Amino acid sequence: MSPLSERIQEYLPLLVTGLWQTVAVTLISLVLASALGLMWALMRSSGSRWMSLPARYIVEFLRGIPILVVLFYIYFVMPEVGLDLTAFQAGVMGLALTYSCYIGETFRGGIEAVDRGQIEAAKSIGMKHGKMMRRIVLPQAFRIALPPYGNNMVMLLKDSSQVSVISVAELTMQGKMLASSTFDNMTVFTMVAALYLCLTIPLNFLMRRVELKMGAAT
Amino acid sequence: MIRFENVHKSFGKHEVLKGIDAEVDKGQVVCLIGASGSGKSTLLRCVNGLEDYQSGRISIEGETIDAHAASIHAIRTRVAMVFQRFNLFPHMTALQNVMEGPVHVLGEDRREVRARAEDHLRRVGLAEKMDFYPSALSGGQQQRVAIARALAMRPDAILLDEPTSALDPEMVGEVLAVLRDLAQEHMTMLIVTHEIQFAREVADGVIFLDQGRIAEHGSAEEVLTRPQNPRTQEFLRRVTHPI
Repeated sequence: MSPLSERIQEYLPLLVTGLWQTVAVTLISLVLASALGLMWALMRSSGSRWMSLPARYIVEFLRGIPILVVLFYIYFVMPEVGLDLTAFQAGVMGLALTYSCYIGETFRGGIEAVDRGQIEAAKSIGMKHGKMMRRIVLPQAFRIALPPYGNNMVMLLKDSSQVSVISVAELTMQGKMLASSTFDNMTVFTMVAALYLCLTIPLNFLMRRVELKMGAAT
Repeated sequence: MIRFENVHKSFGKHEVLKGIDAEVDKGQVVCLIGASGSGKSTLLRCVNGLEDYQSGRISIEGETIDAHAASIHAIRTRVAMVFQRFNLFPHMTALQNVMEGPVHVLGEDRREVRARAEDHLRRVGLAEKMDFYPSALSGGQQQRVAIARALAMRPDAILLDEPTSALDPEMVGEVLAVLRDLAQEHMTMLIVTHEIQFAREVADGVIFLDQGRIAEHGSAEEVLTRPQNPRTQEFLRRVTHPI
């Protein structure tokens, strides 16, 4: 076998293309999951049964299914009903749906933790529900929800490795293929782990900084 | 201006207001006093629909107040409220707190509102603190911002729910001084308070609530100095000579 440094140089370009795929899958899923999650949270705290009950059932339903099964379902079952998706699209969709539940619960927790007095003060100056949410409740709820939202982000990044099962060529997938063609399991998976850490450690650090800054502003 | 006609309200089986009849005239300051649990805060909160009531009628200038009707939002812009725990918006500066209602609810011109808000803050003695966030202000300062926030709506009346009860003793005076000024300018105010001395000084009328009923209603002099009802006498004895 060639020396370690040469092997690392050989494997790195392939793994880095996987890393970019991981970043792309994570970012797109995060944006979609956050938008959907915000919608679930707003529906649940709307005060109307017609809004809150559907949101509650959708969230309970999706949360009860493992990510892998959701991914298989979207990738393998949807084409049978005419919805053909690429592996990348199916992966993003599965992650976004699953994580919209976690993120939705995080936002809902934030909304519910806003002091009742804030809602009364907003009402007392004549605000209607929508404006009260936008101007008074959500800005405070986001601040409260920020630490758990940061956790959701890191978990989503790590769970993006699951989309390798439907052949999305992200970091874990590239590692698996590289390992099975070279049999150099130790080097390859150590590099894969290190590359994940290159993303998660700065992300954690960043979240802490943002939290500190937000905390200081209140 | 604000009229209560046979108002009843229950929380579940527990009846907290048992037929309230009273009236607050324009320019009057009326203080609601009574032991905790007597229903005075609940009565106040019914006026701007933060609580609903089951029967009877509360009206402002003839318009019925119904917490569940669409008209409640418009009524709230005319009846401002000051809370025991201030409830300032923590993500906004003092000035932004005062401007929020006029700009974002009433849709008034931002520049005009800003000038007016600065006037209100100066008036309550906070010219230096306009750009401070609530967390950087003392309780007394926060409550004065809350009063400025109420004034900025140019309301017909202001409801104050124990405005000094959450304050450290040394800050009570600064808030009462602001309220005294407002009373002198004949701002219509309905105030739930335990400050008997303050009520004696500024109130045109005093209502003593006892277990959901008006036990005594009259001028400050009548109710606070020469109370007829034994419950009022007993209550006043306890709050003015606690030991």
